[in-house]
Amino acid sequence: MVVHAIVFYVFAVVLIASALMVISARNPVHSVLWLILGFFNGAGLFLLMGAEFLAMVLVIVYVGAVAVLFLFVVMMLNVNVARLRQGFLDYLPIGAGVGLVLLGELLLAFGAGPFHAPSSAGAPDPGMGAATNTEAIGQVLYTDYVYLFQGAGIVLLIGMVGSILLTLRHRPGVRRQDVHDQTHRDPRTAVTLKKVPTGEGLG
Amino acid sequence: MAELWTGYIWPTIIIIAQIVALVVPLLLAVAYLTYAERRVIGGIQLRIGPHRVGPFGLLQPIADGLKLFFNEIVVPAGASPVVYLLAPMLTFLLSLVAWAVIPVADGWVIADINVGILYLFAISSLGVYGIIMAGWASNSRYAFLGGLRSAAQMVSYEVAIGFVMISVLMSAGTLNLTGVVEAQRDVWYIIPHLPMFVLFFISVLAETNRHPFDLPEAEAELVAGYNVEYSGMAFALFFLGEYANMILMSGMVTTLFLGGWLPLFAFPPFTWIPGVIWFALKVAVCLFIFILTRAALPRYRYDQLMRLGWKVFLPLSLAWVVITAGALHVFGWLPQ
Repeated sequence: MVVHAIVFYVFAVVLIASALMVISARNPVHSVLWLILGFFNGAGLFLLMGAEFLAMVLVIVYVGAVAVLFLFVVMMLNVNVARLRQGFLDYLPIGAGVGLVLLGELLLAFGAGPFHAPSSAGAPDPGMGAATNTEAIGQVLYTDYVYLFQGAGIVLLIGMVGSILLTLRHRPGVRRQDVHDQTHRDPRTAVTLKKVPTGEGLG
Repeated sequence: MAELWTGYIWPTIIIIAQIVALVVPLLLAVAYLTYAERRVIGGIQLRIGPHRVGPFGLLQPIADGLKLFFNEIVVPAGASPVVYLLAPMLTFLLSLVAWAVIPVADGWVIADINVGILYLFAISSLGVYGIIMAGWASNSRYAFLGGLRSAAQMVSYEVAIGFVMISVLMSAGTLNLTGVVEAQRDVWYIIPHLPMFVLFFISVLAETNRHPFDLPEAEAELVAGYNVEYSGMAFALFFLGEYANMILMSGMVTTLFLGGWLPLFAFPPFTWIPGVIWFALKVAVCLFIFILTRAALPRYRYDQLMRLGWKVFLPLSLAWVVITAGALHVFGWLPQ
């Protein structure tokens, strides 16, 4: 148990420290790298709770895909941090206000009170037959929540199609490679033999 | 005190011993893979290859290692030193940690976790960070271009790899790699999933930045891409990481498609050979194909690479997921 507690505090402390570094690092690329460290420690906390599926999915989706794209964009954009920092004090009251509201909501949801989070009694039960939590998540997700799950998928798909539609331009006069045409070219139609008169060329 | 010994210290010693027993042969294999590659490509190109150091040149990898060890590590001016030095370490580390879940023989696995396939996928998708960090931290145009290419390329091919893995794990009915191998006792997945095996192998070539998809380090246009500024052990770690990744991916192909440690046929002369030898043999065959591809194929152009990943592999692998699911459901082959 002692080891468990030590590991928990290591993950938790590194998670919070790296989250602080995300907003205080001078270089935006370093910020993203700290963010990745934060994701990792979040995954570690999931592992400690025995939710290995969530931990792996967190690493695959957020670290393996989302953060790569963040890093990609931040590296390409060349963000000027000094200019971003100028407005820091102006925005501080608004940021603090949002933070306080969130804190209040969390206290309402998880603290004692009229809005106390319901116990898991009414929640769908994956059944005791589920051996691993991967199986348990699957059984709840594809039975009780199947419409919500598919709906969320469709929302993401629409977002993807929309962003492609916004950025797709068909410029005229661009030559594209057509593999089918290339591989079906025939030497008889593609190559012609010409007799070039000396000193005159084909002109 | 006795509880401390049996509960913590003794398991720690056992795990460290297991790790050493896995990593030492692995690093030897990495060293001799570089030698094998040079000899095989030499043979293909009607040369001899390295043959001067030791008998048949067998000490060449050690000589190379020593040379790199004594080289100076140069950190370019304007580089971001911490990220610059972290990148090769990360590449090397990631190529080793994934081995924790790969069963090299029946029960010979360091961590037999329930989500082995997901763990492998997660670790292999992290490999991009070493390269992109190196490209950015070097503060050099060539390295940066290499890093960006690599990021786009690896993210694209991961999608196809993920779908192929879904097909395999649907057939096996488990995310545990030992379970996946056991599920192949009757038939290796290379037979029902042959198209996906080919697709997976090609995606793996792209994922490890090997020929014909080695655009991140295309020496003709980017000099050496992301690792152009590295020298000494920092370069050696990239080099070792790349080759260890090849072995890792071959191990992955072996586990998912070639039946892991299972013998070719389940009757005597084949079953006498221990599982770890079978595993090593299958990995060696995959590595040989890696090397042959390098010698035989020219490099892809960047737009061709992207076209192959997104317009060919993604629809094919997605279709195969649907076909597999349909077949398993209709014929009642769903694993329990």
